[in-house]
Amino acid sequence: MFRKKWCAAALAVTACSAHAQQSDEVKRLEERVQQLEQRVQESQAQAAARQQSESAFNPAVSATLNGVYANLKQNPDSYRINGFVPTMGDVAPPPRGFSLGESELGIAANVDHLFRGTLIAAIQPDGTGVDVEEAYIQTLALSHGFSVKAGRFFSAVGYQNQVHAHAWDFTDAPLVMKAFLGGQLKEDGVQVKWIAPTDLYLDIGAEFGRGAQFPGATAGKNGAGSVNAFTNLGGDIGAGMAWQAGLSYYQTSPDDRTYDDPLSATANSFTGSSKLWALSGVLKWAPNGNNTVNNFKVQGEYFRRKEDGDLTFDPAGAALADAYKSAQSGWYAQAVYQFMPKWRVGYRYDELSSGTTTIGLVDSGALAPASFPILAEYKPTRHTAMLDWSPSEFSRVRLQFARDYSRQGEPDNQVFLQYIVSLGAHGAHRF
Amino acid sequence: MRWLFLLCTFALSLPAAAAINVFACEPEWAALAQELGGDKVSTISATTAFQDPHHIEARPSLIARIRSADLVVCSGSELEIGWLPLLLTQSGNGRVQPGSPGYIEASQYVAKLEVPRAIDRSMGDVHPGGNPHIHTDPRNIAKVAAVLAERLAQIDGANAATYRSRGQAFEQRWKEAIARWEQQAARLRGVPLVEHHKGFTYLVNWLGMRDVGDLEPKPGIPPTTSHLAQLVDQMKQAPAKMIVYSSYDDPKAAQFLSQRTGIPSVMLPFTVGGSDKAKDLFGYFDDVIARLTGPLQ
Repeated sequence: MFRKKWCAAALAVTACSAHAQQSDEVKRLEERVQQLEQRVQESQAQAAARQQSESAFNPAVSATLNGVYANLKQNPDSYRINGFVPTMGDVAPPPRGFSLGESELGIAANVDHLFRGTLIAAIQPDGTGVDVEEAYIQTLALSHGFSVKAGRFFSAVGYQNQVHAHAWDFTDAPLVMKAFLGGQLKEDGVQVKWIAPTDLYLDIGAEFGRGAQFPGATAGKNGAGSVNAFTNLGGDIGAGMAWQAGLSYYQTSPDDRTYDDPLSATANSFTGSSKLWALSGVLKWAPNGNNTVNNFKVQGEYFRRKEDGDLTFDPAGAALADAYKSAQSGWYAQAVYQFMPKWRVGYRYDELSSGTTTIGLVDSGALAPASFPILAEYKPTRHTAMLDWSPSEFSRVRLQFARDYSRQGEPDNQVFLQYIVSLGAHGAHRF
Repeated sequence: MRWLFLLCTFALSLPAAAAINVFACEPEWAALAQELGGDKVSTISATTAFQDPHHIEARPSLIARIRSADLVVCSGSELEIGWLPLLLTQSGNGRVQPGSPGYIEASQYVAKLEVPRAIDRSMGDVHPGGNPHIHTDPRNIAKVAAVLAERLAQIDGANAATYRSRGQAFEQRWKEAIARWEQQAARLRGVPLVEHHKGFTYLVNWLGMRDVGDLEPKPGIPPTTSHLAQLVDQMKQAPAKMIVYSSYDDPKAAQFLSQRTGIPSVMLPFTVGGSDKAKDLFGYFDDVIARLTGPLQ
């Protein structure tokens, strides 16, 4: 009996002391949990403070730098495309020797939940200032395949016109772009596009623009100075091949579009209508669609322009005017092959046809054809070959040779050595 | 103008598709959505296991697919920075823009590895948010599965119960499978390997293997002869047990190093569809473990 009691007491004591030890342990743990909780709260508060700072909303900023060494047989100052109305645009090859290309500065970000904004400015190397290449907003939240773009953007005329120069496969633009678009056609206006709900890609769109740049020339009227309607089809052939074909129709009514004839040094002015059809096709191939080792791309475009109106000879002097009508066309085709990682070769062929041009002042006998020397019939052609090396997707060095027959009777041999690099955020490239 | 009106009417009058359209950037997310959605979803993957997901053309066919998508599931962490933003802005589909319920970046829901402390392009193609190839650790797949099932339930409320029950069933099967794989791969712990690209970082981390070198001199930069020569020397002093390259990598560099050093090279399917056996997520990890343990037999 006594022994039992003693045992019970002993048990109680050990239990009590164990209990006391446990509660000490629990207390210590509780303290540690509290400390940890405090730490978590502090770090969360810090994180929140960082997120609230203004710089967290900095847009994506990018810069594209490029420079060229050019070796040209003909003086680029005398550049012209015989048979075609000079566009007065920036279409001549770069100067002989070393020169800096346009430095592009890009800023892009979502404005809010409805819009995205993009600004691409080109800083001119000769100190003439800053050109706004593109500055537009586009909708994000529209559904059913609709999207709207407003501001200044590269017009959806053909294919390459919508691609930034730094992403071109050759140093310079195809002749059709030089002759019919004055280089690259930027439009101030609105673009509406709809994508069909089909597995085969189909889009239909329209642009209403200012029409201030060649082939347009507006005299400050209300409404749209240019209209462009376009449609594209595209799809895949197996896993390795993808294609896209496009058709566009651009119409504008230039008012007093003047040009200086480089061969006679007289100015002429055109007022009337200008309509341009552009047909384009692109096909890209890579084994299994994996373009890292080998890939191949073919691209071609066909342009056809009709102009109808009045041509005024020497508006400041003789100021003779009569009807003018032309139907001209041109095309190019190019292929680029990446034969091993980093290395690509490419070839391009350009051809223009000055077609039929009817000048009323010449037909009536008022002036001789020699009064419009640049418009004399001619078929400019050009062969271009290039080799480029891209150590990463942000840099490229290119060597290009061209035999250019843009000037009648003065073929030009052109050698370009060019670098293009991009810094900072690098946006996705179009197909 | 009338044709435009007609087209709009035509567009709006098309019947809504019965199944939920899931646009996955990579095959693993398409496979996961298929596991969770069954016949309630129709999935498409923008890429295959034979394509480098960093470098994809923003093809017209992809724009057409994303235009009709109800849900976009991508790895994120800037893996698709070169093509997905363009697809999204071109799509004219407000339901799948970042920030809306129809957009999931899988890497946001897992703890990322190799988050760089400093960012500079001279370091190669590094991702500021960390290594984006999170799918090579099955525990990450489980975390994304929970998010994806819940998101499917949110988008397609009528079938919410189906997604949740399928989600739970998948979770159970996946847990059992992970235990099985961990057991099969136990002897891979501590085994040194050389990778082509840091594409299997999460797998290496999960299995406790040791990455002792990469065939790429810097992430995203193709192997160079000088770098490979260096690796040959390194392997002579401290040989790795295997050289691993993925189904989309050019096998030449791995084969070159293998010939010079006698270390076996192993092709791992990068994701679902990358080998005959990797038909779904379960088959993918079965095959990966089998290929890794093969050289140790």
